[in-house]
Amino acid sequence: MDKHGHTNIFTVVIGGAAGDGIKEAGSNLGRVLTKLGYEVFVSFKYPSLIRGGHNFSRVSFSKEKIFYDHSGIDALVALNDETIHRHLDKLNKDAVVFVENLEEHDVTAVGAKAVQLPLQEFIKKSGAPQIARSSAALGAVCYLLNLPLQKILNVLQEVFKEKGYESNITLAKLGYEHLEKLNFRRWKKIEPGEVGRREFIDGNTAFARGIVASGLDHYFSYPMTPSTSILHFLAKQQKNYNIKVIQPENEIAGIHMALGAAYAGKRAAVGTATGGFALMQEAFSLAGIAEIPVVIAVSQRQGPASGVPTHFSQADMRFVLHSGHGEFPRIVLAPGDPEEAFKCGADALNLAWKYQLPVIVLLDKHVSENSTTSVLDSSAIKIEKGKLEEMPHGHYGRYALTEDGVSPLAFPGTPGIAVKSNSYEHDEDGTVTEDFDTIKKMQDKRFAKGEGLAEEMDKYETVKVYGDTKSKDAIVFWGSNKTVILEAAKFIKKPCRLVQVLWLAPFPTEKVSRALKAAKRIIDIESNHDAQFAGLLREKTGIVAEDKILRYDSRPFDPLELAEEINAYLK
Amino acid sequence: MELAGEEKLAIGNIVAAAGIGCHGKIAEYLNMNTYTSLHGRAIPAMTGIKAANPLLTVVGFVGDGDAYAEGIEHLVHAARRNSDVKVFVHDNRVFALTTGQTTPTSPKGFKGRSTPFGSIEEPFEPLVFMLASGASFVARSFAGDIQKTKEIMKAAMLHKGFAFVDIIQPCITFFDTRDYFKERVVWLDGEPAETEETAMQKIKGDGEKVPCGIFYKVSKPTFEEQL
Repeated sequence: MDKHGHTNIFTVVIGGAAGDGIKEAGSNLGRVLTKLGYEVFVSFKYPSLIRGGHNFSRVSFSKEKIFYDHSGIDALVALNDETIHRHLDKLNKDAVVFVENLEEHDVTAVGAKAVQLPLQEFIKKSGAPQIARSSAALGAVCYLLNLPLQKILNVLQEVFKEKGYESNITLAKLGYEHLEKLNFRRWKKIEPGEVGRREFIDGNTAFARGIVASGLDHYFSYPMTPSTSILHFLAKQQKNYNIKVIQPENEIAGIHMALGAAYAGKRAAVGTATGGFALMQEAFSLAGIAEIPVVIAVSQRQGPASGVPTHFSQADMRFVLHSGHGEFPRIVLAPGDPEEAFKCGADALNLAWKYQLPVIVLLDKHVSENSTTSVLDSSAIKIEKGKLEEMPHGHYGRYALTEDGVSPLAFPGTPGIAVKSNSYEHDEDGTVTEDFDTIKKMQDKRFAKGEGLAEEMDKYETVKVYGDTKSKDAIVFWGSNKTVILEAAKFIKKPCRLVQVLWLAPFPTEKVSRALKAAKRIIDIESNHDAQFAGLLREKTGIVAEDKILRYDSRPFDPLELAEEINAYLK
Repeated sequence: MELAGEEKLAIGNIVAAAGIGCHGKIAEYLNMNTYTSLHGRAIPAMTGIKAANPLLTVVGFVGDGDAYAEGIEHLVHAARRNSDVKVFVHDNRVFALTTGQTTPTSPKGFKGRSTPFGSIEEPFEPLVFMLASGASFVARSFAGDIQKTKEIMKAAMLHKGFAFVDIIQPCITFFDTRDYFKERVVWLDGEPAETEETAMQKIKGDGEKVPCGIFYKVSKPTFEEQL
């Protein structure tokens, strides 16, 4: 329970060195809790190292929706001494700290909170591999939940059957029974809800499933944190989904392959981090002039340059909005959680094909890698193919001028026509031109697509408003800060209007203006130095967010600390 | 490429990609499927096109600045993965569209507008490089002999796998090497080599002459058919 007296939120931290299977342990606990019927949020913090360094998974859960994990700890699973010391000041009053051996570990500072959990002994008994040892801790945490063992065993069976690790169940059972034998005090029981269609998922996987749901054919990606798990997921599932997944020689090759594939008629996407996207700039511009549909997932991390590769930032909004040389329309969507990442992924591919332009889904370390209980509704996704020219008669002009700026799309191999795609300014046939009149017509044609889009975007949830919509106090935000702000909102003392902007380009000017109408105070909350969104807001709507809460030390906001900061403003 | 029509290929099923440089103008002269990419970036797009639709024959026209300087990594990796695309390098050994600068195949001492005192860099041998990268078809031609060039290009187009043809094509404006090559080009006799060692020897020749022809041709699985 947290110090504010929300007695129905519990937090478990599992910490150890890189290579200890910490991420897996946190995810497994998240899955188990979700399948038990709880709402869960799991974050994973790690340095850019293969072995060593301090890694930890933090799992907060409750019966009600958990938007973000909490820093106050109820159970700490310490696979090494460093974990104990690092999290000491975050232990709640009745916290329990699980350690391998009370004598060997430095537990003086923890005092009576320390409980021996002999993982090595369990490993020997079960014959499981070392990396699985945290599964015993999973069992111990399940004991604390105060739920019948059989219910927990059923869920463990389900979770580990999917993954095929029988020995994990044995380990979890050993952990559970260990505490049972000690007759250890359990937590106050919180009744779980219905599981329904809820699943435990991270934003990258949700994004990947979104683009698959809207008809992805090919995915191209050069590995770069925090986008890599999209590549891993799609590579593993490529046969099930009947897609092709290619890891090219670099990001530049990746986007050019995608553009080639789209020219030849396949729905293609690319994934990278912002540094990788920096390498793709020229090709992004090519997608603009050649009007090639492509989706690019760009996940932000703390820069500049190599920066702090495994940590969080929202500093690339302006870069992405202005990416590519020359002027051409593009779409930039910024989901804040896995459900939105799924929806934005699906929408992105449809929009790219409908309007024949590049679409960026702007992610960040948190939306990419944090996992939470979510509902992904594939049945709501329809594949929109756009204006396809199946049987062109006679002459075909790839860039034929039309009222809405969208030319009928045909692919090479269609009998009787030539499909000419060009990075140079071109005429309707796709042949190079330097004729001023044609140049202007082509520029106008590409921008005409923006007008159609402006109408259509009204149908999308480009802006979301939470909280008290009548309040004179408003908070604006974008991207994954949505999650921490909605969690903080549980602890804000005054009713407040919370406005999330999901579409950054084209900017939903009217909707945002309406959402902020008559607000007396507007607080902009962002994870960058320059308050980039506040600038965009002012540019597009004239609305000025006078108050700003900014963080740019690569660390996330903490929901309780953030609530205090907001409370101070609202006094 | 009208030649392909006479052969076993339908024009409608061919895509001609191009980079940026003098060679790139070819896309504007052809009434067929074309894909004009960026400087150095035709090759990855070609792999994407072939992966998307394996029924297409994908040929690419690139330049020596385009493929050997700006986008050389794509050449290596397309060869390594035996991507089923055909690369024709219009090798004039000079950046001509930008009015005469040195490229990776310009000779040492080349006096261009960026190297007025002569280039201090050694040129590289693209064929040896392609052989080492795993290309399954490696050839050189000299545009001074149109008939032989046609034959080699046709063979490249019918080859299953990554085909590489360096075509010496002097730029009469910025680096006129016509006489130099007319004196030195010798055409290979017999079948292409099937071992890299033999091909390597033939490419290098005696160091004086410039051997042309198909040096190497082997059959191996293509990238796209294994995807």
